Amino acid sequence: MAFEFIETSKQSYIGLVELNRPKQYNALNRTMVREIVEALENFDRDEDIRVIVMSGRGNAFSAGADIDEMAYDDSIKLELLNQFADWDRISLIKKPIIGAVQGFVFGGGFELALSCDMLISAEGTEFCFPEVTLGVMPGAGGTQRLTKLVGRTKALEWIWTGNRIKAKEALQYGIINKIVQREVLMEETLKIASSISNQPPLAIRLIKESVSKAVDYSLYEGMQYERKNFYLLFSSEDQKEGMQAFVEKRKPQFKGQ
Amino acid sequence: MYETIEYVVANNVCTILLNRPDSLNAFTANMNRELQQAIKQAEKDSNVRCIVIKGAGKGFCSGQDLSTVDKSMDHGEVLTTLYGPMVKQIYNCEKPIIAGVHGAAAGAGFSLALACDFRIMAEKSFFLNAFVHVGLIPDSGNLFFLKQLVGNAKALEISVLGERILPNEALALGLATKVVANETFDEEVALFAEKVANLPTKAISLMKRTLRAADELSFEEFLAYEAQGQRIAGLTKDHREGVQAFTEKRKPIFVGD
Repeated sequence: MAFEFIETSKQSYIGLVELNRPKQYNALNRTMVREIVEALENFDRDEDIRVIVMSGRGNAFSAGADIDEMAYDDSIKLELLNQFADWDRISLIKKPIIGAVQGFVFGGGFELALSCDMLISAEGTEFCFPEVTLGVMPGAGGTQRLTKLVGRTKALEWIWTGNRIKAKEALQYGIINKIVQREVLMEETLKIASSISNQPPLAIRLIKESVSKAVDYSLYEGMQYERKNFYLLFSSEDQKEGMQAFVEKRKPQFKGQ
Repeated sequence: MYETIEYVVANNVCTILLNRPDSLNAFTANMNRELQQAIKQAEKDSNVRCIVIKGAGKGFCSGQDLSTVDKSMDHGEVLTTLYGPMVKQIYNCEKPIIAGVHGAAAGAGFSLALACDFRIMAEKSFFLNAFVHVGLIPDSGNLFFLKQLVGNAKALEISVLGERILPNEALALGLATKVVANETFDEEVALFAEKVANLPTKAISLMKRTLRAADELSFEEFLAYEAQGQRIAGLTKDHREGVQAFTEKRKPIFVGD
């Protein structure tokens, strides 16, 4: 399928989604968000794909939402348009999404990054929620996802001030997983994606589901949920293979079944 | 166009001349901003592979223009909004920067020289950490750089005593790269700059980055960082050219890429 604002490709088990509006610093318009969601869903259903990598072409991951598009909208139009429903679909993706971020990761771009499961960041990357300076606030999960990641105190500071969070600070607060030099951002991200893609896909899938539940559920409910997923994996061929290989002291061959 | 500085690019070298000779090139707010802008411009210009900062007239730079200091001045604010951004631009610049120092480099003028990667001193020149004489502390990154260059004890001595540091002492302390005759100062600085500009300058950038990283990383993290740097260097044209020139027993021609 051809997209207008993004590019997708496959590289062994990895599905790549690249934001492709470099002249606009990959500012997100509504069509583009729809395209991203569709690309993610396609890869999620694609049996050849085990891990998804999302990146931005040019000097920025994404500088935010396309302001021109919404400047003259009113509340009722937004309610009826229900554009953020697309963002909810990102949360439903079952396969791991690894973001490779660099340059500006602002506003909607930051929210998109926070929708990923892991983030690898180039040195010098800056994250921020500048919405407040436009008289509004994050609307695609920013206040929720950031707060669940870093706690209320820092989330309020960053979202109230719109101050930029430097990569090093983002690493300290657990917003990102790793900082690498910018020239090797994709290479290093693909190494990590590739190592995860060699793990047993069903386990990877149920780990994502269980860890995500930890964010929303009470500990007790989360543990019940985890247990069921643990039991479920014992129906997989990969569990038999993994444990057999362990006993036989050889490397397991996982098939995702 | 600039008012307080001159900006010239020739032979891959960008020369920034502080041009307020009547006041020994004392800093004004405008000169802070223009120097910052000039470094930014040179960093972006792919023709520039080395940057030189020099002073017009009798000296390099005499520091803050004291005629603009009055009771109402918030010294912290001046640093935060003017000097800080200026030295940050220099510190973050990936291209090699040479300070060509003749006459006085005093106060923030000394700090400016310290922020550079190399300091070439004319025989008739001196550094002076003048701040103590007006009851202030060395600023604009001065102590940060001084500590790295000469260690705590010497940094404090230089700052507390506020005496002139003559070229030979500067050389012995490691504050100066080399000392050259007054008569040939301009040629020597230009020669040195052109020499640096013709080196594999991408590798120089990576060296600067790697040295900076060493201050912040554990040894193990540093080794991972170094490996990324060498991976990047290993992909440059200059690396291939260097190896090829070696096997062909000729002088390499580096392009900075």
